[in-house]
Amino acid sequence: MNIEQGDVKALLESIRFRYGYDFTDYAEASVRRRIIYFMTARKIERLDELANLILQNEKLFEEFIRVISVTVTEMFRDPSFYRSLRENVMKRLATYPFIKIWMAGCATGEEVYSIAILLKEEGLLNRSVIYATDINQNSLQIAKEGVYPVENMKQHTTNYQKSGGMESFSDYYIAKYDSVMFDKSLKQNIVFSPHNLAVDKSFNEFQLIICRNVMIYFNQHLQNKVIHLFYESLCPFGYLGLGNKESLLFSERRREFEEVDKKEKIFMKIS
Amino acid sequence: MRYEVIVIGASAGGLTAIGYLLEHLPADFTIPIIVVQHRSKDPKDLLEELLQSKSKIKVKQADEKEKIQPGVVYIAPPDYHLLIERDRTFSLTSDEPVRFSRPSIDVLFESAAEVYRNKSVGIILTGANNDGVAGLAAIIREDGIAIVQNPEEAEIQVMPLASLAANKIHHIFTLDQLRAFLVKLNKSSNG
Repeated sequence: MNIEQGDVKALLESIRFRYGYDFTDYAEASVRRRIIYFMTARKIERLDELANLILQNEKLFEEFIRVISVTVTEMFRDPSFYRSLRENVMKRLATYPFIKIWMAGCATGEEVYSIAILLKEEGLLNRSVIYATDINQNSLQIAKEGVYPVENMKQHTTNYQKSGGMESFSDYYIAKYDSVMFDKSLKQNIVFSPHNLAVDKSFNEFQLIICRNVMIYFNQHLQNKVIHLFYESLCPFGYLGLGNKESLLFSERRREFEEVDKKEKIFMKIS
Repeated sequence: MRYEVIVIGASAGGLTAIGYLLEHLPADFTIPIIVVQHRSKDPKDLLEELLQSKSKIKVKQADEKEKIQPGVVYIAPPDYHLLIERDRTFSLTSDEPVRFSRPSIDVLFESAAEVYRNKSVGIILTGANNDGVAGLAAIIREDGIAIVQNPEEAEIQVMPLASLAANKIHHIFTLDQLRAFLVKLNKSSNG
């Protein structure tokens, strides 16, 4: 399918105008791929046809958002990241009487439960609040329910163990038919809420912000904007955890952060 | 004709094939080469190091937002799709696997075709699945060059055969023929 660059831009502009969702600063190659994916699945042949449909039909637009903003995740994704959190960050978090964590772009929530488990094992969950946000309401709903397909649990369990988890992972969920449901005690201190990194502002101050494999979808301009937002939302010496392939290297604020774990992309706000 | 990018896709058996190819390309080879080799998620695999030990051309893992430079072989990182933006920088995504693969050959090839149009060269080497079929089709649609490793030589024939069955491939080469062709292409692209 051939769609012109200018036409994609026009479509994203009209979506912003109509719905307030701003995808204009997303990295184009992947947005284009997602758009083509959506059009193929819906048998929509031309971009102007797609534009007409989603600008008029809010339901279809929600579907569109779901497809455009999909990210695939797993529990304890990149186990070494979680091991580093256990070893380098948890002790410092423990010095705060009340711990606030923001998981930005939490998708379907697998990593939110991973963090809740980490906190629980460190004895910190009771005095923590995790704010889990995403642009995609549908993902957020799945995250809130905490119900996942049982076939993924083998991978999740392996990840958990590789991350340094010493408990029996199956104690954290109940399996029923082909799904598992995570323990309610993990959910008690999680607040799920919609937040759009491209347009929304800071809403609190945190000791730890985790935003993994979200900024890779943004262009440099939006990446800078979001890193600034995180900077503003971190307390002094607060931590920022990014995805495996993300860095502050090209960011305008790189000097205000120090590397805590270079390989695992964990940073600390220093000034 | 000036060619500006070479994309290579390989799966099972690819390490040997790509290693052989890189070992025999000259140090002054300038057209950027971008490789998707299906690999495990394990960050400890040494694909880049192994290939660099054979190659006279610089080999590195493609970084997010990195500018594509001449004279470099870029390898797609494990567990991400690799795409090319119009400003000739890399994007990574963690979208769902395509044909069970992440990185996916199709995803890289389609974005290379979109950006480089008829200045792209796509090459499918050994492998045990049909990733690359759609990617090569995109390159052919844009009038780039589509090449498949001679299945008789390939360690695993499935991937070359799948691409041959689905597309009108321009060349079927052994690795030695491919090397000779690329060297010539590089010369004419710089001439």
